[in-house]
Amino acid sequence: MDLFLHQVLAGVATGSIYACLALAIVMIYQTINHLNFAQGEMAMFSTFIAWQLMQWGAPYWIAFAGAAAFSFVAGIAIERALFRPIHNAPVLSHVVVFIALFAILNSLAGFIWDYNVKSFPTPFGSRPLFGNGLMSSHDAGMMGATLAMLALLYVFFRHTRIGLAMRAAAANPQSARLSGIRVGWMIALGWGMAAAIGAVAGVMIAPVVFLDPNMMNSILVYGFAGAVVGGLTSPGGAVLGGFAVGVIENLAGTFIPYVGRELKLTIALFIIVVVLTVKPSGLFGRTVVTRV
Amino acid sequence: MKQPLRFDLTQASAKTVAGLSIKTWTRAAVIAGVFLALLLPLAIKGFLVFQLTLALIYAVAILGLNLLTGFNGQFSLGHSAFYGIGAYTAAILMDQADVAYYWTVPAAGAACFIVGFLFGLPALRLEGLYLVLATFALAIAMPQLLKSTPLEPWTGGVQGIVILKPDAPFGLPLNSDQWLYYFTIQTAALMYAGAVNLVRSRTGRAIMAIRDNPIAASAMGVDVALYKSLTFGVSALYTGVAGALGAIAVQFVAPDSFTFNLAIALFVGLVIGGVGSIPGTLLGGLFILFVPNIAEEVSKGLAQAVYGVILIMVIYLMPSGAAGFVRLIVGRVARSWT
Repeated sequence: MDLFLHQVLAGVATGSIYACLALAIVMIYQTINHLNFAQGEMAMFSTFIAWQLMQWGAPYWIAFAGAAAFSFVAGIAIERALFRPIHNAPVLSHVVVFIALFAILNSLAGFIWDYNVKSFPTPFGSRPLFGNGLMSSHDAGMMGATLAMLALLYVFFRHTRIGLAMRAAAANPQSARLSGIRVGWMIALGWGMAAAIGAVAGVMIAPVVFLDPNMMNSILVYGFAGAVVGGLTSPGGAVLGGFAVGVIENLAGTFIPYVGRELKLTIALFIIVVVLTVKPSGLFGRTVVTRV
Repeated sequence: MKQPLRFDLTQASAKTVAGLSIKTWTRAAVIAGVFLALLLPLAIKGFLVFQLTLALIYAVAILGLNLLTGFNGQFSLGHSAFYGIGAYTAAILMDQADVAYYWTVPAAGAACFIVGFLFGLPALRLEGLYLVLATFALAIAMPQLLKSTPLEPWTGGVQGIVILKPDAPFGLPLNSDQWLYYFTIQTAALMYAGAVNLVRSRTGRAIMAIRDNPIAASAMGVDVALYKSLTFGVSALYTGVAGALGAIAVQFVAPDSFTFNLAIALFVGLVIGGVGSIPGTLLGGLFILFVPNIAEEVSKGLAQAVYGVILIMVIYLMPSGAAGFVRLIVGRVARSWT
């Protein structure tokens, strides 16, 4: 029982990484109705920006804000430059552009900052909490940051005019346009916000997994899984889904004998697929009803 | 993610270019292409023959993916797994049971059909992004499964399996690269003929009806669940055959050849060639084999970035793939002619 509790706690700690990225994934999904395969690489690139600012002597929080602001602008720029011209192309063509963006950002980061693994500072310190080393103060801080972002998003979408306009643009572009909302800019704004959330996620994750151009590869898989299992239409569900994935992964690695350790990721994904076959719109997602 | 995927040659064939119908032109192009493909390996160097063989193999794999995505409207990011299963089936049969290489190809196809069909059954409940996630999980799981300890006696674990390259039979004056090319091309020709006939048949129409409107299809009496699973199986069969051919051509299988990157490559080939186009898959195969090499030659350090830029340019130039682009050009020419 003790082992079980320890593993759950450690799972929650890793889960907060996934939850962070899952939140960025849901953010972009809400505005464009696609999964952004380059989300992890965008977050990685933003983290490098923060690192670079710190190398130039900026204090932590300045670098943090700088990276988030840069990502916001860059996200809007990417939407305007890359996706605006092809907004009429088939969905699968969009996915190819996501893949292209992935390759470009990954290669560019490696070219500018090389592939050596770099350490990244944390503002929360890394003292172990509860004295058993399973959860550090950084993990707790990261969880706090994720929940704070979630709260901010909730307030933004529920209680501001522009949040309402963004929801309208996503739910029904034609009607939104007719009532005077500039749908194109709402989508660009969604990209900018997703990129900024990704930057925060990257900066929070980097102290744990260290900074290098491939840092997001496996995290993105878990982030996607978390977002989908929680329901792509629900930011809160995505965060919970991220935590759940972390816990499942850890428990599978510990308690399933023989193959558990080797196939941890596989087992986690398998469980998710099983959940989805039972509840196809995710645990907290809205079921979308369409008229025939 | 629902989009109308147009596959409409009948409309185009009514138009004419230079007095001949487009159907005649298409036929002439196919015949010329076959002749070119048959004579080419006698004129070029060994390594290029090998590369063309690989491109053709990728094209068959992309064809499998296209049957699923282009004609049935189901998405998959997991076809690297079926390619891997096909390759391993062939390699294990040759390595452990001394089966002749040409028998391993149908065996790999059969194995993949079964796996694909069984995977397709639960996947029926998933649509769009959720199916993408499920197939994605399959792609991620496959290398790990192949490496895992319980399967090591057969798969050779991380080491993989080395197999021998077949020589030309009957004392034909061909080196093994050329022979493999001809072996691949005749298998591919069979597979393409099969696909064309499948799409034009009653079954093919049912498959496309499900893509266009599943509810209307079931109202017309199409067994949606059965056809969807069967399409998954057939799609896996094609990709598995390609995997077996790939294993024979490369003479080596290892778990890390069948990662998610391969699934991405097949997907890119599908979109570049044209979703829902059978000839487009050949272009897709050539693209995913040669363009990364071109990118590498432009810049070693930024090879991936160059590849990405090329991808974006291609999508800008032809948003619905090469097949859509050709259809557009042909349409313009035909219109300006009359």
